[in-house]
Amino acid sequence: MALLEVRDLTVVFERKGEDPFRAVDGVSFDVEPGQTVGLVGESGCGKSVTSLAIMGLLPKRGARVTGSVVYDGTELLKLSDREMRDRRGRDLGMVFQDPLSSLNPVIPIGVQVSEVLERHRGMSRKEAMSEAKDLLDKVGIPDPNRRLTEYPHQLSGGMRQRALIAIALACRPKLLIADEPTTALDVTIQAQILALMKELVQDLGTALVMITHDLGVVAGLCDEVNVLYAGKVVEKAMRHELFARPRHPYTHGLLASIPRLDAPRGEKLTPIKGSVSDNIPWAQGCAFAPRCPNALDLCFSETPAEEDQLGRLLRCHNPVVPGTPAVEEVPV
Amino acid sequence: MALGVTKKEKIDDLAESAGVSLAASAWKRLRRSPVFLIGAGITAVFVVLSILSPWLAPHDPGDPMLITQVIKARNEIPAPQPGHPLGGDLQGRDFLSRMLVGSQQTLIVGVGATLIGLTGGLILGTLAGAIGGWVDSVVMRLVDVMLSLPALLLAFSIAAMFARPSQFSVIIAISIVQIPVFARLLRGSMLAQRGSDHVLAATSLGVKRGAIIFRHMLPNSLGPVIVQSTLVLATAIIEAAALSFLGLGNPNDRVPEWGQMLGDVQKVFDTHPHLAVWPAVCIIIVALGFTLMGETLREALDPKNRR
Ligand SMILES: Nc1ncnc2c1ncn2[C@@H]1O[C@H](COP(=O)(O)OP(=O)(O)O)[C@@H](O)[C@H]1O
Ligand code: SF4
Ligand SMILES: [Mg+2]
Repeated sequence: MALLEVRDLTVVFERKGEDPFRAVDGVSFDVEPGQTVGLVGESGCGKSVTSLAIMGLLPKRGARVTGSVVYDGTELLKLSDREMRDRRGRDLGMVFQDPLSSLNPVIPIGVQVSEVLERHRGMSRKEAMSEAKDLLDKVGIPDPNRRLTEYPHQLSGGMRQRALIAIALACRPKLLIADEPTTALDVTIQAQILALMKELVQDLGTALVMITHDLGVVAGLCDEVNVLYAGKVVEKAMRHELFARPRHPYTHGLLASIPRLDAPRGEKLTPIKGSVSDNIPWAQGCAFAPRCPNALDLCFSETPAEEDQLGRLLRCHNPVVPGTPAVEEVPV
Repeated sequence: MALGVTKKEKIDDLAESAGVSLAASAWKRLRRSPVFLIGAGITAVFVVLSILSPWLAPHDPGDPMLITQVIKARNEIPAPQPGHPLGGDLQGRDFLSRMLVGSQQTLIVGVGATLIGLTGGLILGTLAGAIGGWVDSVVMRLVDVMLSLPALLLAFSIAAMFARPSQFSVIIAISIVQIPVFARLLRGSMLAQRGSDHVLAATSLGVKRGAIIFRHMLPNSLGPVIVQSTLVLATAIIEAAALSFLGLGNPNDRVPEWGQMLGDVQKVFDTHPHLAVWPAVCIIIVALGFTLMGETLREALDPKNRR
């Protein structure tokens, strides 16, 4: 049985004076113990909302969450506030995008790490502080004894993210959700943080849901990848399958727009044309249709259904033929 | 391993020394601000004088020792003379002693009114900002009503409700006026904290609601409130003077207070302006001291100025 089973997860935001907005629209995926699953898509496609819904962190009012989120056999969406609070940080951990604003500015790092240990493992402050030191050491923060007493603004961006990872993993949750953990960091630091996360989840056997808009991050880390577009999973495949043979035009476009070291010189990147503001509603057809190079008339009138194609899930009327180069020549 | 004890001790030692909190870095900046130093200097002198005033005052501020001069000269006010460098007041009491001891009462009124207003505001603002919902609506409606009235008018009305005016009624009247100011300020920053990333992060760790409110939201919301306190200290002292001026001050003038002294000399202001000028100037200087301190504190605590 999967560690996390997300079924038909839908989040609708009620908005005053406007139509309700479906930020997440029937998303389903599984995470096996120890597995790393990617959730990829452009900004605004519902990645963060999905993660917040799984963690039960969406506001009670204004957000309607339906579907099912089963963690280790327990339906999380039916838990009481208190039961969910007991699980957060203990069974499920989360790492956020901006490490500076995600740390409390007026509390020393050590106290922030030990807070969660005291909360879930019933440690005294002293025990927790000593464990916190080991944790900071483990995530590669040099001189952890000194760092324990420092405040977030005294640490560099990379160190802060390491500290946040230490906090999220302090209670050894079986599942870690990382929402764009490297987006706010310098490129060189990004690689270090990703390497650290990879090492940690392997060491601890933690399952990881890696949320990112960057297929480069997915390439180095994920076993399975879900590509999200406008709140729906449009393609789901094992990582090597997806990179070798992207079938959905959106995935194909994403791959074409990342720089590749092995690409022939002079080859141009082809960004996906248009923006999410061109989308049509899913109820009307394919949300991607106005931007899609493969679009048929059908795409504007009928919602593509999710189809299973040899272990790959695909939501498209006219998928890319395998073998079409991801990078096309663009006339100058 | 023999790590246990030594490691923990080390951590405890370090907890005192290494970290530089935001307050500490704000202080580092304040120390170099001349405006802050002027404000803090004025405030320090005022506080020290008011604490030491019972011993510094050459005479009993309630003793009409120069009353014979007043009577002889047909209600004349005793002029400065040896032993009484500022002369006497309407009742022949030593004016310098009254000014000195008055500083203490002024400080008590200012601090008392500010503390009570702050406490009330903290409670209401925390309730409104942390709980939200109908509690928030009720508290904020109340606050809006109070803020829609001119502050002084509200203070007068409250002071007038007491059967006998006293120092206590003055403090209460002024502090109640300050409650909505503090409450609204705190609610605003609590709401901002509620939507902040670090509170979301703490929630994602399963931190309990009480700890979220009191450890994560409240301490991060206090900056503006601390600044406001120094500004309210200034207004409280001025409002106490205004209440006395309108006859709603403490009638017991054996223990003087600057606002009350200012109010008492209305009738002789034309002929003996110095009786009003001394307390008025002192009130203005002290209010200025608190205000300078508050404004520089506001800048220093502003996250935008954080390095
Ligand atoms: N609390 C909210 N209320 C209303 N709309 C929201 C809320 N949070 C997110 N949204 C909307 O949901 C969509 C998906 O947001 P999000 O999940 O944050 O995107 P991303 O994939 O970049 O993480 C966006 O269009 C955003 O405007
Ligand atoms: S369904 Fe049509 S519009 Fe949508 S991605 Fe496939 S081909 Fe393009
Ligand atoms: Mg996001």
